[in-house]
Amino acid sequence: MEIVFALAIGVLTASGTWLLLRPRTFQVIMGLALLSYAVNLFIFGMGRLVIDKPSIIGADNATDPALYADPVPQALVLTAIVIGFGTTALFLVVLLALRGLTGTDHVDGHEDDA
Amino acid sequence: MNPWLQHLPSLPIVVPLAAGAAMLLVGESRRAPRMVLALVATLVQLAAAITLLCLTTDSVPGIWPEGIGVYAIGGWPAPFGIVLVVDRLSALMITLNAALALPVLVYSFARWDRLGVHYHALLQFLLMGLNGAFLTGDLFNLFVFFEVLLAASYALLVHGGGTPRVKAALHFIVVNLAASFAFLIGVAMIYGAVGTLNMADIADRWPALQGGDRGIAEAGLAILGIAFLVKAGSWPLNFWLPAAYAAAGAPVAAVFSITTKVGVYAILRMASLLEDPVAPFGGPWLFYGAIATMVFGIVGILAARQLPRLIAFTVILSAGTLLAAIGLGAPGMIAPALFYLLGSVLATGAFFMLTGMTERMRTAVPETADSAAAQPATYEAFSVGEPPDLHAADDEVGVAIPAALAFLGLAFVCCALLVTGLPPLAGFIAKLALLSATFDVLSVGGAHPRAWLLIGALLAGGLAGLIALSRIGMRLFWSVTGRTTPRLRIIEAGPVAFLVLLCIALTVAAGPTMTYLDSAARTLREPQTYIRAVLPDARQPVP
Repeated sequence: MEIVFALAIGVLTASGTWLLLRPRTFQVIMGLALLSYAVNLFIFGMGRLVIDKPSIIGADNATDPALYADPVPQALVLTAIVIGFGTTALFLVVLLALRGLTGTDHVDGHEDDA
Repeated sequence: MNPWLQHLPSLPIVVPLAAGAAMLLVGESRRAPRMVLALVATLVQLAAAITLLCLTTDSVPGIWPEGIGVYAIGGWPAPFGIVLVVDRLSALMITLNAALALPVLVYSFARWDRLGVHYHALLQFLLMGLNGAFLTGDLFNLFVFFEVLLAASYALLVHGGGTPRVKAALHFIVVNLAASFAFLIGVAMIYGAVGTLNMADIADRWPALQGGDRGIAEAGLAILGIAFLVKAGSWPLNFWLPAAYAAAGAPVAAVFSITTKVGVYAILRMASLLEDPVAPFGGPWLFYGAIATMVFGIVGILAARQLPRLIAFTVILSAGTLLAAIGLGAPGMIAPALFYLLGSVLATGAFFMLTGMTERMRTAVPETADSAAAQPATYEAFSVGEPPDLHAADDEVGVAIPAALAFLGLAFVCCALLVTGLPPLAGFIAKLALLSATFDVLSVGGAHPRAWLLIGALLAGGLAGLIALSRIGMRLFWSVTGRTTPRLRIIEAGPVAFLVLLCIALTVAAGPTMTYLDSAARTLREPQTYIRAVLPDARQPVP
């Protein structure tokens, strides 16, 4: 499970970074989205990967932390998703505004003549 | 202690949040209620900040031992809940923030707030993010406040519209989003290794980390440092900064002059808390990066042809100076660096607002042409009715001040003196204090090529600023072709004068200010005091 998880994060990060460095704004926003998926998975993974364990400590159970999933990364990842979503939406607006103002989807607002 | 007084540390966050949210409910066409709300909220923040500043001095004993106040949000105790921590450094920063925000707000009443929608609400959210970042004692909460201030700054940067602003904003957003992802990765790694996000708790457990956990935590801290350096504008992570700051509207750029200092603050905070931190918080990396930042700033200052761009490079130069002073690692450098921070933020803020007025003097039809072109789209999109006529607005109301050109020239000279660090104003005192502290490092002994490097860069920075500013000043004020004398209204000129007078007051009151800054630096040198204030039952330091 850990290997698959790590590979997924690695592939997402690599593709995201590559897309982020591309000259088209659409590629950049896709890169940002992929990077944010990778980061969210990474935060989640930092709470250790466990299966079939609750993240809320019951009143009746023992207080052995090994019986539970770590709830903190789950809360963090929720916050990170919301913030990432909001800022990406904002970026989309700026992207469209630049497209409208300059008539091109190049990140610099004009085509490379080279 | 008054039971209400204990909630004081939350005011600088709650007030702008509530005011900004309330402003969204007031219709866009009703300008007066929003102006009043914004003014009241900013004044309350200033009052709260000054009260906090007073409470952290030694003059009010007994309320907060050692000048550190801890506010547990929701009453949850420290490692589990999020805490706000007011120490002398935080109190200083939020006071600086409010002192800069008030003139910026008044300045934007003149016409800037009518160039687009929701200006005042966004400004309040920006202030909330700044105050929160300075106050929080939790690493993830710091990320959240960074995002609040960044989201507001993205929107403020495009305020007024126009192709240059949107283009600069696109780059600004991409770079800062990537930096935010680095921030998150760093925070997650530190949490995975240390098991806590509370800064005091991290500092408490830091020395005990062993083996693999230590490696992960140090790698996380280094990635976190990269994110902070992007926000602080350190070379080679600062290529977004000049374009964004030069493109922003005058009051927006003025308030941006403090947002880079959040990165510097975060680096200083983490570096002072952690015992034996890794690069970039400790070791020579921060220092050499900062020297490279200063060189980049100097080259940019000499090459810049427009005043806003030049000032953007002085922001980079000041960030480099601060980081170099911190990176030198000498305890005596912190207080002069903080004094330099105060002076440079106020001076660049005044300078950016001044450019908004000097721009108008070169051409008869100033940037209203650009904003008028962009405006209808904004107003249509948000369907807030007829856009106000800006050309009419410039002529109407407001008391125009006499001798506008003399005022502009005088303010320009004052700002130039402050930025370059020439006598007799605060910039000179700050530079002198930095130089004398560096000579102290030299005299203590040991070969210190780094100290000589810092002295050289400081002096070169002053010289470059002087050359470039006198060149631009001559072109602005002495070459008379095609110049129109602008009508300056009191609410535009007043804020600049206020900031310059504040710098002069800083010069006059340099003694008491330095005493306070020395005590702030002393608190930073004793991280155990901070840790025990937040976590009363923390591990005692191992002798």
